[in-house]
Amino acid sequence: MTTTTTQPAAEQPKRRRTPRVLRITDENGKRVPAWQLVVRYVLLLAVLALMIGPFLWQLSTSLKGPHEDIFSSPPEFLPSEPTLGNFGRVADTIPVWDYAFNSLKVAVANVLTNCVGAALAGYALARMRYRGRKAALLAFILAMLVPVEGIIIAQFTTMRDLGLNNTLIAVLLPGCVSALNVLLMRNAFLNLPQEVEEAAFVDGANVWQRFTRIALPAVKGTLAVVAIFAFMGAWDDFLWPLIVLSDPENFTLTIGLNYLHGTFANDERLVAAGTIIAVLPLIVLFACLQRFFFRGVGEGAVKG
Amino acid sequence: MKTPTAIRATAADLPAEGASPPPPRRRSPRGIRRQLPTSPWLFAAPGLLVIGAFILYPFLSTLVNAFTDKRTLIPGEFVGLDNFRELLHDDMFWIGLRNSTLYVLGVVPALVLLPLLLALLVQKHIPGITFFRSAFYTPVVASIVVVGLIWVWMLDDRGLVNAVLEAVGVGKVGFLSDQWLLLFSAMGVTVWKGLGYYMIIYLAALANVPRELHEAAAVDGAGAVRRFLTVTVPAVRSTMVLVGALASVAAFKVFSEVYLMAGPSGGPAGEDTTLVMLVQRVGTGLTGRVGYASAISVVVFVVTVALMLLVLRADRKEDA
Repeated sequence: MTTTTTQPAAEQPKRRRTPRVLRITDENGKRVPAWQLVVRYVLLLAVLALMIGPFLWQLSTSLKGPHEDIFSSPPEFLPSEPTLGNFGRVADTIPVWDYAFNSLKVAVANVLTNCVGAALAGYALARMRYRGRKAALLAFILAMLVPVEGIIIAQFTTMRDLGLNNTLIAVLLPGCVSALNVLLMRNAFLNLPQEVEEAAFVDGANVWQRFTRIALPAVKGTLAVVAIFAFMGAWDDFLWPLIVLSDPENFTLTIGLNYLHGTFANDERLVAAGTIIAVLPLIVLFACLQRFFFRGVGEGAVKG
Repeated sequence: MKTPTAIRATAADLPAEGASPPPPRRRSPRGIRRQLPTSPWLFAAPGLLVIGAFILYPFLSTLVNAFTDKRTLIPGEFVGLDNFRELLHDDMFWIGLRNSTLYVLGVVPALVLLPLLLALLVQKHIPGITFFRSAFYTPVVASIVVVGLIWVWMLDDRGLVNAVLEAVGVGKVGFLSDQWLLLFSAMGVTVWKGLGYYMIIYLAALANVPRELHEAAAVDGAGAVRRFLTVTVPAVRSTMVLVGALASVAAFKVFSEVYLMAGPSGGPAGEDTTLVMLVQRVGTGLTGRVGYASAISVVVFVVTVALMLLVLRADRKEDA
């Protein structure tokens, strides 16, 4: 099919030539002088230490045994009595696995609603003709521009009026079809060649068939981006769940961590173990699906 | 292909959900693509419903509530400009406005410049560069709560940074106890978390800078700094404006970093409270002053829009 998505792998940065002898070339095939390369790697490693170091320090803290001095100066970078006991103790202190499950539920639901809702609305905006289409588009653009931080109180009272306060549904609802995702999907559909769908139309395919069999398979890449950012957004969200959830039973992981930090701030090992539990799934997800993360940022920036 | 069927299975449930308000029957005026008359609205309904009920309606009700004395459990009455008059005499509001403004001034220049330098650093396809790019992006992926708590521990009086500072003889620095150091530390965390995100945006922009420009400049004897200022910066200027706009709007609305590092009450005597923290503090709870919090939110809206216009206008001026 001509409409299949371009291979995202093609956008991945490629290694030019794996050096047998150390011979690195730049984009023009010119050799990069060794001293320049050394400077570059030194800088890269310095930034790496700054960006990854704090995560590793947190990991190290979470693995340190109860008798270790975590405050020593100069600091001990590696735990001398490594233990997983802190992770068990987090679970004794707060129901961290329940919180993680709550976060997972919201995140998965957010992925489903965003993919379905944004694909449908995006298709309606891109491919269908009806009176009021411009108004609908305008509504989504306006919604994208509204600063969410400014309307949380009104969102909260809306949820209370609906009797949804303090539920995971309330955590999910405001972002369950995000305007940005609708506009991303609209762009993806607009970039498809119209002829294929016209041909299907001539062959008697109705709008639903054209949508599911022709248009959707062709925008799988963008759909994946929407899915990933929907998952990450829901898993990482803090301000809105903080406002709408009051009962510790319904906490999501981020709110649970904040609670852990506020209540048991004295035990750094516990807080560290909690943050590792919260961040590890996303780092794994990111490691597996990097190219979609990077694509998403590009698309979101250009079209947002 | 198996994805479409999977999607169809879930999508098939949707018309029922979206059908709750029967959309007005409208016939396609041009009749180019005849379809079931209601189907476009059925397609758009879930999305429109969600943004209508949970974004646009709350936005409008915020604008309305700002002129009432509504509280969490009391509907409230129209009070005209009373809330805004009260704002003028509310010390906490001015503290919030000051801190949010300082945040923009501190964070935006760093987030416009540093990610560009970082993008230049990871631009060349040298071995292992994919790893470095991913590693630099990791803080973006992590939740702000995780990032905040990691840095709370790093900058603790007995944390890693102070342990190192003490070991090299500088002595302890109260990153999290001094009012100003706290705010600057939070800014640092915001920049640290944002670096990778804007780096990727710049990488995309840098890929479009014609190589010939650099070569020509090099032939003319321009050094690296000179080439950066005369070739790179002009070529990615529109991206810098975009990053500036995104970063300044985000910075003005800062909440989580300061909330986590300074605590819910905003540091010593609340001196580190930001505007959104104030909205959250004033507007929630059983006695939450919804009307007053909405008035603060309106200020947030106005400044946000003003910031956008300011940045975009700065762009246009440079064009002329």
